[in-house]
Amino acid sequence: MSVKMQSGHLRQDGQPAESATSRLTRLLTMVPWLLNRQGVEIEEAAREFAVTPAQVESDLALLFLCGTPGGYHGDLIEAEWESGRVFLGNADMISRPLRLGVDEALALIVGLRALAAVPGIGERDAVVRALAKLEAATGSAAAGTSRIQVLIDEGTGEETLALAQKALAARRRVHLRYLVPSRDESTERDVDPMRVINFDAHWYLEGWCHRAEDVRLFRLDRIESLTILAEDGRPPAAAEPRDLDSGVFTSHADDQLVRLALGPGAAWVGEYYPTESIERTQDGGAVIALRTADTAWLRRLMWRLGSSATVLEPEELALQVQRGARAALEAYAGSTGPTGSTPASG
Amino acid sequence: MSTQSNAAAKTERLLNLVICLLYTRRPLSKAKIRDAVPQYGTSTSDEAFDRMFERDKDELRDLGIPLVTEPFDAFFDDEPGYRIDRREYALPEISFAADELAVIGLASRVWTQASLAGPAAQALRKLEAAGVERDDSSLIGVVPRVRTVEAAFEAVKNAVLEHTPVAFTYRTAGTGEVATRHVQPWVIASWHGHWYLTAFDTDRNAARVFRLGRIEGKVAIEGKPASYEVPVGHQPKAMISSVAVERDPQPAALRVRVGTGHSLRRQATAVTPTDDTWSRIVVSFTDTEVFAEEICSFGPDVVVESPTELQASVIRRLTGALGFAPSSEEASR
Repeated sequence: MSVKMQSGHLRQDGQPAESATSRLTRLLTMVPWLLNRQGVEIEEAAREFAVTPAQVESDLALLFLCGTPGGYHGDLIEAEWESGRVFLGNADMISRPLRLGVDEALALIVGLRALAAVPGIGERDAVVRALAKLEAATGSAAAGTSRIQVLIDEGTGEETLALAQKALAARRRVHLRYLVPSRDESTERDVDPMRVINFDAHWYLEGWCHRAEDVRLFRLDRIESLTILAEDGRPPAAAEPRDLDSGVFTSHADDQLVRLALGPGAAWVGEYYPTESIERTQDGGAVIALRTADTAWLRRLMWRLGSSATVLEPEELALQVQRGARAALEAYAGSTGPTGSTPASG
Repeated sequence: MSTQSNAAAKTERLLNLVICLLYTRRPLSKAKIRDAVPQYGTSTSDEAFDRMFERDKDELRDLGIPLVTEPFDAFFDDEPGYRIDRREYALPEISFAADELAVIGLASRVWTQASLAGPAAQALRKLEAAGVERDDSSLIGVVPRVRTVEAAFEAVKNAVLEHTPVAFTYRTAGTGEVATRHVQPWVIASWHGHWYLTAFDTDRNAARVFRLGRIEGKVAIEGKPASYEVPVGHQPKAMISSVAVERDPQPAALRVRVGTGHSLRRQATAVTPTDDTWSRIVVSFTDTEVFAEEICSFGPDVVVESPTELQASVIRRLTGALGFAPSSEEASR
């Protein structure tokens, strides 16, 4: 079962109308939520259900028309929200939320197991208790969840992870010697830790970097040394954790637009980096467009991809890639490989 | 009538149907339901009502609502009745402590993509509907985050949950060979940033590991749910990790420009400065192609001295990166 979350405001942007079943799903959860929070503000309900306040009012107006068979006044759900606060009544039949569906149980249980696998997590006890209760409550919906796994424990020196967690818990500033592989640079910086996250199987320390004067993510396996300093490590109030939904890479609208032709062997690039557009090609490859302020990492990416990727735009980048590859090949001029031929592209 | 008000009328009808079927103690016949739910009154004919009711019934079941069909009268058991069992419908009363709800909130944020982030948020709202507010204050920010960008994720996950045989087009790593594979899915696991499927390949008559990102196009269902068993003691992690490491490490001798190649220097077992411009380092590696990729990313700053197999792979990639020279290339040099 899949529950699509379609927020009401999307429709005003020309998105397709919300389906009756996804709205029903929201209503069946909203009723018990409201019953247990009589007098809650419409805005708060809207935030909780990720819809607009207008959508909440429209949902309440619909609830007002529903009820037990008979259709008389006393049979209908009572809803009142004129004051901006919501009062709900006479909805006994749906006063409990619907039990968790397979995907819902799965998402929480697999997520909790992933949390439990985090080395050194302080809340392990609460995780274990929550898991036991959830598994008991979801019954058969939880049956297959052990076949969906998030494997977390590999990759990083536990020492760095433990130090980062310690600094975070003690709210202390840290000094890092950090490798920036995309620029092949070793750097020194002071950082106020904000959180430690495991994203796509890599551990990161996110924090306020005093060198960049901005929030930065540091991959733990690229931290060459981490020292906890005596200074207070609370980040400035303006420091906001990054939204990771599109990955750890960020781009800005005014960055340079780059277009790449990817062969089937390099198609993963389109999934790994945030793109402006992806056009799939017949052979299983793709033409992608992305924005980036810094092209050094792209040159390095293009060298490693070899014939399976080509820069279409900008031409300057294409030329830099070729010049670098040619310079690298000159070192092998005396050995076996070809250096000047033009191979077929992937 | 606009699409939007159509959808609103349908939501109203479905909600009234749910309430009506929860309300009734005894199974209701279709005729009774038609009388009880006012929105069915607008359907013009018996056939139109039948079609509408059948579709509504299926949609409620798809949402996980336990709508049961029972004979509504012991003496006339040829006509079925319908109801929703209240105990089956409702989330059991679970009382979570505030810190338990806090870690469940954290767990719901493990998922960053729509395929499971939506259900996770919905599940959390259901648990919180009971009125317990979670206490996030005690949490320190340690969060695992997992993406499910693979197009095949949803279909393969469902096949794994239901034990349904499937077929898909798969592109093999390295060779790039594309073939149709017929498998019995066992487990999916996120490992090193990718989702993998362990499965029994029925053509090859052997267990295999597939990376979901290499599945192309649609996943076709090729059998009934629950039509096979996952072997007892199946170790997905061991199987997946063994695919990644295929042989023993061997040493490579590299020339690295001074002040560059930091990640290679970190892995080096020996570093010897040769002159002001270059150092010679020894690094051990297992997968030639993977290591060649890493070396290529340094462009002219790293040169392979040995082994020749690694050197050949680097030369092949760099030659490939020369690509098609645009006509302006000669002029710009």
